[in-house]
Amino acid sequence: MLASLVGFLHDFDKAEEAAQEAFAIAAERWPASGVPPNPGAWLVTTARNRAIDRIRRERTLAGKIHLLPVPEAVMEEIDETSIKDERLELIFTCCHPALPLDGQVALTLRALGGLETAEIARAFLVSEETMKRRLTRAKTKIKATGIPFAVPGAHLLPDRLDAVLAVIYLIFNEGYSGRVDLAAEAISLGRVLATLMPDQPEAHGLLALMMIHHARRQARFSGQDGEDLVLLEDQDRSLWDMPQIAAGRAVLDRAIALGGRGAYVLQAAIAALQTAELIDWPQVAGLYRRLADLTGSAVVELNRAAALAQAGDPAAALRAVDRLDLDGYLYFHSTRGELLRRLGRDAEARAAYGRALELATSTPERRFLTRRLDQL
Amino acid sequence: MQYALMIYAEPGYAEGLPEAEREAVLAEFTALLDDPRCVASAQLQPAETATCVRVAGGRTLMTDGPFADTKEVLGGLFLVEAANLDEVLELAARVPVTRFGGVVEVRPVVTR
Repeated sequence: MLASLVGFLHDFDKAEEAAQEAFAIAAERWPASGVPPNPGAWLVTTARNRAIDRIRRERTLAGKIHLLPVPEAVMEEIDETSIKDERLELIFTCCHPALPLDGQVALTLRALGGLETAEIARAFLVSEETMKRRLTRAKTKIKATGIPFAVPGAHLLPDRLDAVLAVIYLIFNEGYSGRVDLAAEAISLGRVLATLMPDQPEAHGLLALMMIHHARRQARFSGQDGEDLVLLEDQDRSLWDMPQIAAGRAVLDRAIALGGRGAYVLQAAIAALQTAELIDWPQVAGLYRRLADLTGSAVVELNRAAALAQAGDPAAALRAVDRLDLDGYLYFHSTRGELLRRLGRDAEARAAYGRALELATSTPERRFLTRRLDQL
Repeated sequence: MQYALMIYAEPGYAEGLPEAEREAVLAEFTALLDDPRCVASAQLQPAETATCVRVAGGRTLMTDGPFADTKEVLGGLFLVEAANLDEVLELAARVPVTRFGGVVEVRPVVTR
């Protein structure tokens, strides 16, 4: 409802006010007159009309022309299908690269996910005051700088869609490290985007990637408080959500059928391969190579090396890893440690795991690395 | 809406360019000046010509040189009239300095 109102009014604050007003009217009328046949559409229409009234009043008071054109009020059209879906425009506004990244994330969750400011604050471990300021700053910049409520033109679309996908994936990854709510939120945003942009393979690729990863969440942690990180090869597959994996694979098929060969499609394909009974590691390594060519990322190279090791060649994997400049990265050292262990070089493996442990910040990571060290 | 495009570049960046490239840069600037959305523009003399003025206790204090001592200096500005930020950002990306390590800062102008 909020998304529809912001998209319609092109103003976040007016939309929130109007939504509150509509709810208040409903609370007053519905007990007496009964709930209308289509409550959602009724609320949106009522809120829109209230907002228009308010804009008209303010204009008369101010006695001057505002930039915002007054939309026409239509009270008769209380039909879900007649309300234009303005969510896509809103997605591009919220994820505009001119906004700071934390503001894009917060605004997307607020306006499109419909989360309360307090909920977003909790999810990102900041105070409600901080989150409120973050949202206000983003909304103010949209208004002051004239960030449009529009889907960018074809020549701008690839870059801008990348920005949208990055925000959704960032939300997903925040949820992946333990706060499951955000991951589910990201998947539902990804689904909205894929539905609204059915021809964009990367939108489907991202959705597939998130679905397949999310389907394995129960198996990624173990122990009494879910404090232990479990590697893919050690995961209890009976904990995987198989229907969601199948659904994710279907979304991936759609992305590939659309000719998708981008970074999210490749990552989803890798994730899908890794759900097979017998994992085709050479193929996984091959996909990582294509992903590395595309992104030039050393972290992707590191993953490729790990796949090479799984394919049976830890020596080649170690050579690939040692070419990388990733000294400050935990998984660089833990991967080296694992490869050295497999090659029987225990002393060096211990040193590498020790370095990884120094860089670990979360409890599951620390416990995992300590266990590995103990096993050596 | 009106926006200011403030152009920051390393001094003398154009001198190091081959002749053909320099001409291309000039042509791109001319094209921007000829754009109907361009309301006004100013190219500034080098930063060495800058003087900063402050008033403290009724006395005017002057210092030689630009206000901010950075590698890139303000070299000029455009005032443009555009429908929204996306339109301006496209114009900003056409300012040739952006290809040579320079930066264009885009700010909306206060309307009265």
